[in-house]
Amino acid sequence: MSAAVIVFPGSNCDRDVAVSLEAAMGRAPYMVWHGDSELPDVDLIVVPGGFSYGDYLRSGAMAANSPVMREVVARANAGTPTLGICNGFQVLTECGLLPGVLMRNASLKFVCRDVDLRVERADTVFTRHYREGQVIRIPVAHHDGNYFTDPDTLKALEDNRQVAFRYCAPDGSLSEDSNPNGSLANIAGVLNAGGNVLGMMPHPERLAEALLGGTDGAPMFASLAEAVAA
Amino acid sequence: MKARVHVTLKNGVLDPQGKAIHQSLEGLGFDGVEDVRQGKFIEIELSDSDPDAAKARVAEMCEQLLANTVIEDYSIEIEA
Repeated sequence: MSAAVIVFPGSNCDRDVAVSLEAAMGRAPYMVWHGDSELPDVDLIVVPGGFSYGDYLRSGAMAANSPVMREVVARANAGTPTLGICNGFQVLTECGLLPGVLMRNASLKFVCRDVDLRVERADTVFTRHYREGQVIRIPVAHHDGNYFTDPDTLKALEDNRQVAFRYCAPDGSLSEDSNPNGSLANIAGVLNAGGNVLGMMPHPERLAEALLGGTDGAPMFASLAEAVAA
Repeated sequence: MKARVHVTLKNGVLDPQGKAIHQSLEGLGFDGVEDVRQGKFIEIELSDSDPDAAKARVAEMCEQLLANTVIEDYSIEIEA
């Protein structure tokens, strides 16, 4: 089993996520440069956080059109598990793999802190080591994390249970106070209809080992390692 | 010829940046500012000679890159 991490100019969480993937999978991922048009034959693709192309035009817009993304889109559409974290989530919405868009935070401020997330789906390749309804603590660090979509798309997301994580209070309840960026319905992470593509603003790789101060992110990588080994 | 593209947020999409500008304008003492929406303005130099074909091409550019049509509208002016 193997994974690929896509690296753009301005990615800055690519090495962090590579460490988490190697710890879970026992094998370092391929680091694939954005200008490559070939992607190794992998079981998992990760689009990492950062500020690809300096967030020019819109966050993720330039990266979504870089050569390697054509292949990422084709593989994801063919069923390869694909995870986009933070800027990676923005890239996956911009290239059409996930619905909606990440707008400027409602506060207009860059938000960088740990947040509580409620796990809405524990039956996916990304989340099978969590429990549904579990509250986990994961850091966010973004300026454009305000999830928005039109009412019809939002209804479809809810009806199809495509919301993977929501920002919540420590007891799991949802409120405006626990929403760090103004996202619709406190949405922190969404799945595609097939359930093999996940985008999320919080950074599981930043709390994936005790040395970092927490391990709530580790089950995501354990889930993926188990899913792609099967 | 030159294409001028305006990219604006769709009606109904919250614009916190526009709101912040609005508040700052009021803070500076400008009365009667009813609403502010922030957008983008992009100029493109083209080698095209047919304005209609140029406009169609720029519309394609807007759909594929310049605007995110989930939240944004665009308008195109062609100057020969």
